[in-house]
Formats: sequence, structure tokens, C-alpha cells
Amino acid sequence: MSQNSRISSVLSSNETRLIKRVSIVERNLNKTKGAEVGLGAFAFLFSEMLQYAQKRVHGIQDLETKLNDFGYRVGTRLLELIVWRDKNSKRETRVLGILYFIHTTVWKTLFGKQADTLEKSTENENEYMISDNDPLISKYISVPKELSELNCNSFLAGIVEAILDGAQFPSRVTAHSLPIDGFPLRTTIFIQLDKEILQREEQLK
Amino acid sequence: MIYSLYIINKAGGLIYQRDFAESLNKLTSNEYLVLAGTFHGVHAITSKISPVRNATSSGLEVLEADSFKLHCFQTLTGTKFLIIAEPTHGNIDLLLRRTYDIYSDYVMKNPFYTPEMPIKSELFDTNLAKLIKQVSS
Repeated sequence: MSQNSRISSVLSSNETRLIKRVSIVERNLNKTKGAEVGLGAFAFLFSEMLQYAQKRVHGIQDLETKLNDFGYRVGTRLLELIVWRDKNSKRETRVLGILYFIHTTVWKTLFGKQADTLEKSTENENEYMISDNDPLISKYISVPKELSELNCNSFLAGIVEAILDGAQFPSRVTAHSLPIDGFPLRTTIFIQLDKEILQREEQLK
Repeated sequence: MIYSLYIINKAGGLIYQRDFAESLNKLTSNEYLVLAGTFHGVHAITSKISPVRNATSSGLEVLEADSFKLHCFQTLTGTKFLIIAEPTHGNIDLLLRRTYDIYSDYVMKNPFYTPEMPIKSELFDTNLAKLIKQVSS
């Protein structure tokens, strides 16, 4: 804290506009405009997180689980924040409702745009897919060939998993690279809902 | 036409080399390394021998010949970007800047890249190719 205020006082002598600047913990949570984080700053932080995680895991599967865990911690807080910010928010009780909420509101909060598609699996009743043609998290990341299985959006999958969990839709969420023509970086977030949710869904009908 | 791009790290090692024209003479990988090292040395000398008193020299920036010209851009961290192009090609400085942009985005922000090591980044390659295509057309 003292460090922070010292920096701002040093800066303020040069630029008076900065006097009003408050530390991030004192900023109003409700203010979203102009409070976005620079993509470069995020990219460097995420890069360090990945390198940190990479040193502490064995294998790609393990690394994805770790990224998923990182995302989970973000997601639990994010759900709380979004619901708190939205004045007319209601509790989503239906599967489609919560998935649509993730597809639009959550994506907008995180990336400033909606996800590109929300699909239901044709094979299994409890599987859904949310796809992003140009995922922001891995914008600058080129995965080397020996790790080609890895998708760094496992972090995003973790966020989605936490949101579903927090809204009482326990599920398993993973990220997969599924490139299509024109969008080589396209990533699909694959959601497997627990069986009991479908039973509950039946009762709610 | 742009002939090729070299990126030399602050120790004089070649970390990236790519030709954009078909007609160029090929060297062996060792010769490319020697070339980069030699340029690094020459650059260091030229930045020391400024005849102007009390002025620090930026070192070699442009080298012109009949059949090509070479532009060098050194970043604040000592990484050098060399572009070799046709002698008549204009606006190489801008191209160097844009290359530096792409480098800082797709190389330095890539968690799988170790600084000062050879660049093997798919996104850097594709974005660089896009830039060169844009400039050539």
C-alpha cells in the first residue's frame, strides 16, 4: 500500500491527472468502462503463469489440469462479480439459461465480445460446446510441436467450470483446438454436465 | 522486393533467418551464423568510431550495394533486425518497426520462447509472412 501511494505521489508531480488514481483494491467494482486490463499485460502475466506451471508438472495432461485449476479460482470470483454488477440478474436454473449466460455475458466481461457458437452435442444429451474463433487468451501463444496436444485455453475451461459449479451445474469442462477454414486458432470449450442435472432438468419441465 | 530478414541477439548469435525471394543464393546454416556474427562485430566497431566529438553513434544503419541494400535496426535491448532488400525499395524503416512489433507480440509474449534463443514460433512466421506480402503487393 505505502509503495503504491508513494509511486502515485511521485507520478502526480509530473502529471496532475494521476492524483485521482486509486489502487486497484479501492476502485469501484461496478465501474467497467475504462477499467480494462491491457492485453499485453495479461499476455505477459499468463506467459509467466504457464512457465511456472510447466516447471511443476509431468506431462501435458497434468499441465492442462493445472491451468484448469488456475482458471477455476478466477471463475468462482468472476461469477460473483458479474452477478453483483448486473442489477437485474436472476439465478439461472436451466441448463440452456446458464450456458447462454456464459456464451454472452461471461465472454463479454472477459473478452469484450460474445463467443462465436454454442452447440449441443449430437451424440450425448449432457454435452455442450462453446466455440471461440479467435481466442484472446492464446492470441500470442505458439505451442511447440512436441506439446501440440496442449491447449492453453484450459485456463478458460477452468473459468467456465467454476461458473457452472458455482451456479449448481457441476460438470467437467475441457478445451480443444478444432481449427476450421479461415480460423486456424479456433478453440472449443467442451462441457460435460453431470447426469443428475439432466434429471433435475426433467423435473423442472 | 524484400530479400530476407535476420534477427541477431545481443550476443551476436543469429536467432532467426528467413528468405522471402526465390532467387537468392543459399548459404549453409553455419555460414549464416558467421555472417550474423561478423555483422555484429562490424556494428560494434562502427558504433565506437564516430568522428564527431562527444556524440554517440548508433552504429551501422544502412549498407548499400549495387544489387541489394541492408537496413539494420537495433532495439534498446540490443537485438538487431536486419532487412535485406532491393536497392530501390522504399520505407524499410517502417517495415523494420512493424517487424519489431510482431516480434514483441508473437515471440516475447509466447510462454514457450526462451529469450536469446532461436525463434521457432508458428504465429511469428505467419504474421511475418502476412506483413511481407502486404509490403510487396
